[in-house]
Amino acid sequence: MNLDSLLPNLGEWLRGTGPESDVVVSTRIRLARNLAGFPFANRAAPAQKAETAAKARDALAKADLPYQLDYVDVPALSPLDRQFLVERQLVSRELATVLEGPRGVALDQKESVSVMVNEEDHLRLQVLRSGLALTEAWEDIDKLDDALEARLGYAFHDQFGFLTACPTNVGTGMRASVMLHLPALGLTKQIEKVFRALQKINLAVRGLHGEGSRAFGDLYQISNQVTLGKSEPKILSEIGEVIETILQYERQARNALLKERRQAEQDRVARAIGTLGSATMITSEETMELLSAVRLGIHQRLIEDLPATTVNQLFIHTQAAHLQKLMGQPLDGEERNAARAKYLKAKLRELGSTRP
Amino acid sequence: MTCQFCDAAATVTLTEIVNKHKRVLRLCDRCAKKKKLFADAPGAASPQVDVPALLSLFGAAGPAAPPETAALTCPDCGLQYGEFRATGRLGCPAEYDAFRPALEPLLARIHRADAHAGKTPRAVRAARRDDRLQELRRRMAAAARDEDYEEAARLRDAVRQEEAADEPG
Repeated sequence: MNLDSLLPNLGEWLRGTGPESDVVVSTRIRLARNLAGFPFANRAAPAQKAETAAKARDALAKADLPYQLDYVDVPALSPLDRQFLVERQLVSRELATVLEGPRGVALDQKESVSVMVNEEDHLRLQVLRSGLALTEAWEDIDKLDDALEARLGYAFHDQFGFLTACPTNVGTGMRASVMLHLPALGLTKQIEKVFRALQKINLAVRGLHGEGSRAFGDLYQISNQVTLGKSEPKILSEIGEVIETILQYERQARNALLKERRQAEQDRVARAIGTLGSATMITSEETMELLSAVRLGIHQRLIEDLPATTVNQLFIHTQAAHLQKLMGQPLDGEERNAARAKYLKAKLRELGSTRP
Repeated sequence: MTCQFCDAAATVTLTEIVNKHKRVLRLCDRCAKKKKLFADAPGAASPQVDVPALLSLFGAAGPAAPPETAALTCPDCGLQYGEFRATGRLGCPAEYDAFRPALEPLLARIHRADAHAGKTPRAVRAARRDDRLQELRRRMAAAARDEDYEEAARLRDAVRQEEAADEPG
């Protein structure tokens, strides 16, 4: 599979559509599974890893599914291609750069389904969907899991459920994450409210990038911590309820911003577009901050001529590996900042929206 | 609520319940990060509690693990419990039984639960159904031998019902 063919596409999670897409960027569910009769990947000898990879590849190729899964052998990829897959959220940083030995990832055409092989667990199944779609994502991954289980013997324990290398994943092996864009809660300094709401019910919140309580680009990921003692639908409905609350907070904050300082907000968005369209050097952090302002502006109807999908495209294409692929050459930090600025300027001019 | 290590607002709560004795640790974001409580890889698939950090936080503040657990060794892959404590990663599925006395309190800490309540693989459900059918047939034969035909007929119906179900229980 030639990864360059993915470049012009946006991938399922960045389509910018789906339920509640003004706030919810994407929904992801992953399942950790291991093959019975083998040591976990961290303790497996190279020959054993080759064997689990071969079994997984065979099951992935023959699985009875409505889509085809193409296997990508990670050790055979260049560092740039590995980073590219990380940026597209199709593999973990560990699988791409830390782990060694036979390992890989199987992908579907839409980049909605991926299965990592020989990560921390033998199999890490993942389904990504645009917007808030916990039930749909669960239905998809449940079917994928059944199709693979029909061809593989999973390590399962009557008391502890699906066995995993780390006890934090045992039981369902399920981690569901919802990525939220919460710029108004950040601007009105209410993001703490969200943290408190989550703390009570054992959910984790963290910024997608950066440190501290305000994340770069105002992107936050909410996910379940508990995997043992609750059924999958129960865990998902608990997350769903919290997301509903956060959605309300964020929308209230957005309305308040429009009501109390519409002019200032309009100005902030215009300046963001101005900087994106005229800078000659720009870091990916600054790009994310500015795109966050633009994304909010689109949903607040402060800008008319820019579709939300474009912001997503700019977001993914300005990340390091994507940028280097688009430019067709390796670039160091400074060169990347210049190339990023050039790309943004060209794109925004193409869209004719540098003059809002 | 303020952090127990500094005066910032606490955003992380750890609750430990051992023998009905409850202890709570509160930490702010920064101290949780400093103590490496969450494996922090930006862009990683999901945040995950770091097991060695969790063990050492509670270990430092409370009763140590019973000495005999340190000597536990996996019969399948040879991993020792001490190695697991250091890395937070198990070596193979057999350790869920081999390390059970040490793992159960840890699982209770992480998940506040001790047993799976979710999906069961089809192969496991099928095996469980086979066991149930075998047991029903054994009891049916015994009932017939004892000339308890009413019970035998009831068991025969139960066997048919189990066999007719599309999904193995």
